[in-house]
Amino acid sequence: MTALSVKVDGVKYSDDVEPRMLLVQYLREKLGKVGTVIGCDTSNCGACTVHLDGTSVKSCAVLAVQADGGEVRTIEGLANGSELHPVQKAFHECHALQCGYCTPGMIMQSVSLLSENPNPTEHEIREGLEGNLCRCTGYQNIVAAVQSAAAEMSGKSLATAGAAPADETGSLR
Amino acid sequence: MTATLDPTTEVPTMEVGRERRRKEDAHLITGRTRWTDNIVLNGMVHLALLRSPYAHARITSISVAGALDAPGVLGAWSGADFPEQGGLPCAWPITPDMKSPVRLPVAVDAVKFAGEVVAVVAARTKAEAVDALEAIEVDYEPLEVVLDMEAALAEGSVLVHPELGTNQNAVWAFDSAGAGTGGDVVAALAAAESDPDQVVVERVFRQQRLIPAFMEPRSTVVDPTSEQITMWSATQIPHVLRVLIALSQGIPEHKLRVIAPDVGGGFGGKLQTTPEEIITLMVARKMNKPVKYTETRSESLMSAHHGRDQIQRLRISARRDGTITGFDVNLLADMGAYLGTVGPGVPILGAFMFNAIYKIPAYRFTCTNVFTNKTLTDAYRGAGRPEATFGVERIMDELAVELGMEPMELRKKNWITHEEFPFTTIAGLTYDSGNYEAATAQAMEMFDYDGLRAEQKRRRDSGDPVQLGIGISTFTEMCGLAPSRVLGSLSYAAGGWESASIRMLPTGGVEVITGATAHGQGHETAWSQIVADQLGVPFESVEVIHGDTQSSPRGMDTYGSRSLVVGGVAVVKAAQKVVAKAKIIAAHLMEASEDDIEFAAGRFTVKGTDTSMGIGEIAWAAFAAHNLPDGVEANLDSEATFDPDNFSYPHGTHLCAMEVDTETGKVTIRSYVCVDDIGVVVNPLIADGQMHGGLAQGIAQALYEEAQYSEDGQLTSGTFVDYLLPSAMDLPNFTLGRTVTPATTNPLGAKGVGEAGTIASTPAVVNAVIDAIRHLGVKDVEMPCSPQRVWRAIQDARSGASTPAPVPVAAGPSAGVLSTGVPTGGAA
Repeated sequence: MTALSVKVDGVKYSDDVEPRMLLVQYLREKLGKVGTVIGCDTSNCGACTVHLDGTSVKSCAVLAVQADGGEVRTIEGLANGSELHPVQKAFHECHALQCGYCTPGMIMQSVSLLSENPNPTEHEIREGLEGNLCRCTGYQNIVAAVQSAAAEMSGKSLATAGAAPADETGSLR
Repeated sequence: MTATLDPTTEVPTMEVGRERRRKEDAHLITGRTRWTDNIVLNGMVHLALLRSPYAHARITSISVAGALDAPGVLGAWSGADFPEQGGLPCAWPITPDMKSPVRLPVAVDAVKFAGEVVAVVAARTKAEAVDALEAIEVDYEPLEVVLDMEAALAEGSVLVHPELGTNQNAVWAFDSAGAGTGGDVVAALAAAESDPDQVVVERVFRQQRLIPAFMEPRSTVVDPTSEQITMWSATQIPHVLRVLIALSQGIPEHKLRVIAPDVGGGFGGKLQTTPEEIITLMVARKMNKPVKYTETRSESLMSAHHGRDQIQRLRISARRDGTITGFDVNLLADMGAYLGTVGPGVPILGAFMFNAIYKIPAYRFTCTNVFTNKTLTDAYRGAGRPEATFGVERIMDELAVELGMEPMELRKKNWITHEEFPFTTIAGLTYDSGNYEAATAQAMEMFDYDGLRAEQKRRRDSGDPVQLGIGISTFTEMCGLAPSRVLGSLSYAAGGWESASIRMLPTGGVEVITGATAHGQGHETAWSQIVADQLGVPFESVEVIHGDTQSSPRGMDTYGSRSLVVGGVAVVKAAQKVVAKAKIIAAHLMEASEDDIEFAAGRFTVKGTDTSMGIGEIAWAAFAAHNLPDGVEANLDSEATFDPDNFSYPHGTHLCAMEVDTETGKVTIRSYVCVDDIGVVVNPLIADGQMHGGLAQGIAQALYEEAQYSEDGQLTSGTFVDYLLPSAMDLPNFTLGRTVTPATTNPLGAKGVGEAGTIASTPAVVNAVIDAIRHLGVKDVEMPCSPQRVWRAIQDARSGASTPAPVPVAAGPSAGVLSTGVPTGGAA
């Protein structure tokens, strides 16, 4: 067992973990943060994407102990209280999810992408999401959501971002 | 007092047709999800499964003793330790003499494919259970494998199940002459062969094996610690699963509750009673503890069922003017080592779709299902219909070339015109409505068909290294699986109805219970829209309940493009019953004759007066029950089932412009336009989203995905490194259009979006690839059309080799099915 001290979604945790434990297992099994999910064994699908010290990582490819002393943000810590992150809102507005299994990883990767490149082209968005697989959407609406969030975050209107128009009743219930 | 509770004070606008954002999203975008693997119960035990490394072997000895000594282990078992285990059911015995091998959840004595479960470990943690697998000792005697369908049918082939005496599972045939729906195809083809004014085109196409690859791996939790056993499972079919488990495992149905919580995709891949579910159930009952099993991705790819895997041998005849005179379809379908829940029936669904949108005067369909030492195949995204559409749309292009006709003109020459609906096809289906001309005209205009053809010619003439191809796919599908009588006539074990209940709550809210359990399709939103219109209540006051056999006791679940056109219509019927009952109460309360009550936008009004009551007020009155008419029960609830008389038939025209680099074989989709007619659309946002996803899948079959096996039966595409799901970088944006020809067979007018994208896109894309390089001598490229395959086809054509390479035909007992005396690989 190895001692681990890590801040996750703003809360400090200290645990003893097996050295082989993956970060995603630590989040899910030790902390109950089951919003982050596992989709493959090979770090190809990106469903487990979280932020470690501000950078997106596939948490199935990081040992929990590698996060020692670090700061992790998961999908569960992305919204500001009840105020959704613009990327979360945009995924809803643009119908960028169906079954929703890839969605936490897709959203976390999109947030990371926009923090590095606030005004990406469509090609840059597609490139940035290449490591996150979705089986339902065909990606078109995911790309639109990232474009829409980029516009929102940089203060432009949704309409000029080329995103799907929001209807007047688009709010979450 | 009910005025403030009445939800109808604000009269809603029509909800059907509106782009409502989904009710489902809130918890999915915030990580507050209920995937099965998220479930944690007190004292829960974790399972790991030992799987066979051999595709075919005898188990000569097996000992789990070592595992029992491993840390944290609470139990370990081999197949012999489960004397109670029953065979897994196949619900579709397509012929009376179908061969149906027993498939045990944990293999005993022998394994038939790599990945079959041979032992089980239960431990405190998943990691401990996985560790302990290492300590299980198994001795195998490897046996010869048979992986190729034609080899499996050959005389003297090794037998997957020796006790059956054959690798042939079943032969299922339809013949228009015998069925009385058309002429004799043998005579038609023979006549064409001897007639200089006719042509016969023959092709052999392979439908490669695909893997559904839902994003959420399968997971099951069973809690046996109460009087009633509860099973959570990442399944598409909680209702069917409960019935099948009850029947096959001897658990009284009322003692089993099945819950499908959030389910991360299915695509047909979660339409099974799985060994893993049964094993989890057996161990939970043995230990009397809650037990969880969650598969890894590699376990999923290896042992959850696969799809497609057919060899199609097609012969089509036509007069020189393009009029089709006969179509003969011969399939070999690989079942894998065992039969899945509906596996044998999947290829025969193609019988009804090979004739597509065309008027064909003579038709025959023969399908031979074959056992091999591979993972079983079953329903996958379109199930039989994409395979059929691919076959017919590919051979239509080949026929066009043979006749020297423009491929779209050939289609127009043969399709059913909109004046001819309803139209009974040669396969015996009656298409109720459609307008192929309208969808095609719109698609061609959006695509700039003529402009692209002109550019194609310029590029060909100039010898541009990057050539342009145009791929066409005009198609229909049958949605709304299915009329129960039709399923019965096809020997399917159950019906195709769907159930819905509506409960109007005293405070005006509405609960809708649907048997069509969703896994990403947006039923909560779409059903709310339907109910809002039917009852005149706000969208927000509707709550949709599904996915739990306790709260939603009846249903046939979600597959086969049936949710909206069967389940959604059941909701309409239930709502109509609520209105009918509310009307009786309204008439009583307003002291009017029922005949004088009108219902609109949520209000019951006495004709010719301004006396009215909202439906919410009636719900309160039913609850309070102070003053109900005699014999009227104190609720505003209803229950309905809907069993359609017919399928619904969405259709469309898909056009793909493909750039092919003749020097590298690289293919790039330049544009993809489709115009689909899915009847009345409840939520265009959701419908378009489903189209996008289907297109991605269909394109992936054309260009990327293939389950591959090594010669000894190992799945070599057993991870996402090797099995190429397309990423955002691999797909274009799609341009969608729509025509609306309402279905005449249901009150919504909906046809369902079904698997339109998947079904139509594969042939459109492959036709485009071949169209780009046909002038170089290429006549076919096997799927997936990888750069290597495309490059190879170009090289072969340039060197004068035959493209495609001839496909051998099976000899042996069933050769009669495939061989009608004409050599295959007829492209040469």
